Amino acid sequence: MNTGIVVFPGTWSDRDCAHALSDVLGQPARYVDHREERLDDLDLVILPGGFSYGDYLRCGAIARFAPVMEAVTDFANRGGLVLGICNGFQILQEARLLPGALLRNASCEFRCEWVNLRVEQSESAFTLDCRPGQVLRIPISHGEGNFFADPQTLEAIERNGQVVFRYCAPDGRVTAESNPNGSLGNIAGIANAHGNVVGLMPHPERACEDLLGSTDGLALFRSAIHALDRVAV
Amino acid sequence: MAIAVRRAQLQEVALNEDEYRAIVRAIGRDPNDLELGMFGALWSEHCSYKTAKALLRQLPTEGPDVLQGPGENAGAVDIGNGLAVVFKIESHNHPSAIEPYQGAATGVGGILRDVFAMGARPVAILDALRFGPLDGIVAHDRLRRATADRAGDIVLLVGADTGRDGIHGATFASVEMDERSAERRPAVQVGNPFLEKLLCEACLRLNELDGVTAIQDLGAAGLTSAASELAHRGHRGIDIDVDRISRREQGMTPYEAMLSESQERMLILVRPEAEAAARQVFDHFELHADRIGVVTGTGRIRIRDHGVSVADIPLKALVDGVPLRTPVASFPDRQPTVVMPAVEEPEAILLDLIASPNLRSRRPIYRTYDHQVQDNTVFGPGFDAALLRVPGTNKGLALTTDGNPWYVALDPYEGTKAAVAEAARNIVCTGARPIAVTNCLNFGNPERPAIFGQLQESIRGLADACRALDLPVVSGNVSLYNETSERNIPPTPVIGMVGLLEDLSLRCPSGFQEDGDLVFLLGETREELAGSAYLRLLGAPAEGRPPMVSLEMERRLQAAMLDSIGRGVVRCAHDVSDGGLLIALAESALYGGRGLRCPGIVGPISREAFFFGESQGRVIVSVAPRRVPELQQLMTSHHIPLYAIGVIGGEDFQVGSDIRLSLDSLRQAWETPF
Repeated sequence: MNTGIVVFPGTWSDRDCAHALSDVLGQPARYVDHREERLDDLDLVILPGGFSYGDYLRCGAIARFAPVMEAVTDFANRGGLVLGICNGFQILQEARLLPGALLRNASCEFRCEWVNLRVEQSESAFTLDCRPGQVLRIPISHGEGNFFADPQTLEAIERNGQVVFRYCAPDGRVTAESNPNGSLGNIAGIANAHGNVVGLMPHPERACEDLLGSTDGLALFRSAIHALDRVAV
Repeated sequence: MAIAVRRAQLQEVALNEDEYRAIVRAIGRDPNDLELGMFGALWSEHCSYKTAKALLRQLPTEGPDVLQGPGENAGAVDIGNGLAVVFKIESHNHPSAIEPYQGAATGVGGILRDVFAMGARPVAILDALRFGPLDGIVAHDRLRRATADRAGDIVLLVGADTGRDGIHGATFASVEMDERSAERRPAVQVGNPFLEKLLCEACLRLNELDGVTAIQDLGAAGLTSAASELAHRGHRGIDIDVDRISRREQGMTPYEAMLSESQERMLILVRPEAEAAARQVFDHFELHADRIGVVTGTGRIRIRDHGVSVADIPLKALVDGVPLRTPVASFPDRQPTVVMPAVEEPEAILLDLIASPNLRSRRPIYRTYDHQVQDNTVFGPGFDAALLRVPGTNKGLALTTDGNPWYVALDPYEGTKAAVAEAARNIVCTGARPIAVTNCLNFGNPERPAIFGQLQESIRGLADACRALDLPVVSGNVSLYNETSERNIPPTPVIGMVGLLEDLSLRCPSGFQEDGDLVFLLGETREELAGSAYLRLLGAPAEGRPPMVSLEMERRLQAAMLDSIGRGVVRCAHDVSDGGLLIALAESALYGGRGLRCPGIVGPISREAFFFGESQGRVIVSVAPRRVPELQQLMTSHHIPLYAIGVIGGEDFQVGSDIRLSLDSLRQAWETPF
């Protein structure tokens, strides 16, 4: 699986994603500059976490206009796999590749901590290896992760099975206490209608080694590898 | 020019009349306004350490692993594999007192620039809520020292445009504050983390280029300090064309441009043939770089404005010429030992203590900033020391800061020794070997004899402790004049320490790991209660002698701990410090989510001192039952007393008949919100 990791000015988690893919999973990965316009060599594009363009105006609002985003949109529309993590999720929404918006956390504070995620569906390219109801332990690190959508959009997302992850208790119950940021329906991650584009607030690349506290994040990257195998077959 | 005429000006730059006379002697004439401003900045306490310098000479700064001691942007220590850890500590007290948000933000920004100026990618920040030390990792051959070594090299100013913010910030940090300090608000700079990030990436890329000869942060006293120090370290001179500096606003004078402390600016020296390559790097990151001058062989800093000379000063006088101050020191009489009533309700006291602001869980604070980015955090915040993986290796770096202002207030010598000892103990509890120290000395107005006495004793304690524990001091910071309307801060030396763990698989956690394991107290408990969190809780007056530190005992304890952890004998280890033994036991129970059963405690000392005293040189450990004989043998061979405490397990925290609390109720108290 050839992965491209997009680096905007202010991107922070690019090196962490590269570490998870190359060092932990042994997959080829390269950085993609925000001015690049061709992604033909890639199977997976990751928009990593960070504070692209200083989070000025609104998180992701400026990155969405970077030249590379036109290429990412084409890539996604042709069925390429795209994963937006944290700031990357915000950018995918700004670019209209995913529905909804991410508001300031309900606590009005930044939150860096471990959370539990319930896998809601195993159809997306990044959850093929999971079973619905499975609980993944993965950290969050954001100030604007409060998922919001208008009632019609939310209803459509739910009806189409586009909700991929929800914040939950360790036993999988979706509770108010386990919601770290006020997200509607405890939504932590969603997919587009085809399941090839997924955005989530938690950081799977930080949960790929026992030494760092969890290996549950590997499931997303392994799922992507298997999704590509399927296409190849 | 008569001094009398310039009295107001001298006050503005915080120099005294003797210092003015020294300037005149050094340059052979009266300085003009710009020159006087430059002297004021570089001869400020903040830049020159004129009060603390003589005392700091006592500190050990060398060691086999030290690659860079004090005097550079930051210190650097060898950690094997051709890698070095670069670290330092800073205070930002004066700006933060007036503008907490910007003061703290620019404090972090400044120290980040110090680290990436050395060629190291910053990997972690610690905070003692008042302070921000920081670490970075760099390959030896990429370790960069900021020195102008060849005449003809080009001087580039990169990053933010220069504005009027922060003028006289260095001077400001060298005078006491009063109600009018808010008028100095323009002297507090504003941070821009986004620009800082671009600057960091650009400098790390520049570091890989041949022909880039120096990278220097613009911090206190701005361009004046950065240019002078670079040139003087290399025994060269420097010419600056001040009109070539990009400015944020029109009408700025050379004085303002030279003394601005606008953030996110770096000074880069390049060989002429490397300028194009360096500019490519800046272009890639969309950064602006002005060519503002050239390195010379004159030994002078010369400033020109549109070709007209506006300042011309010998660097030796400007950087090194400040007359050292030798204030008078006074020392208080020894205080009597406090006599305390017996503790009636240890259970209630324990709950109150663990809920008190200095002992309760810090999670509400540390979860508001990212402590995981870069994928190396093995032990995050909340424990004795943080433990980070050294990227690309199986080694770990342990990091901590320590300092107990209450001990220092009672006895600056013992209190500072205790800070070093505790920091080292925190590091050792993770399994790592302490390798180097940085320090941040925050004191009041040194012109008051009692305050200077505190500073003198504190530095003596720091020197003795570091020497006894074989720890070089590789960087540091002194912040004096922390006085507001004649009220001085408590003397607050903060020790930052870095340790090296050769094999991360040998790391030792602080929480209880297995039910059925036995818990032991290592070290000696004495009848010491003065300075304790327990006495503060009871509202006792701050008096008496704080816990004494036996450096010999401390050394033995730490060797014994490293031996035991290295052999895999202990399963968890936690330093006994603020709050005493019961707090340490409760914390390990909470970290591990496991209860503890202790039989009644009988000993040669009072129950109060045993439960809540803060005797130094102590650690609690947990051990699997079958390995207890090994632990006993190891402690015997290191001459460390060993005291059986109890057995891990159950849902309760139970100590004899005195205390029986459910872990939940203990946790509830510990997690009292701020």
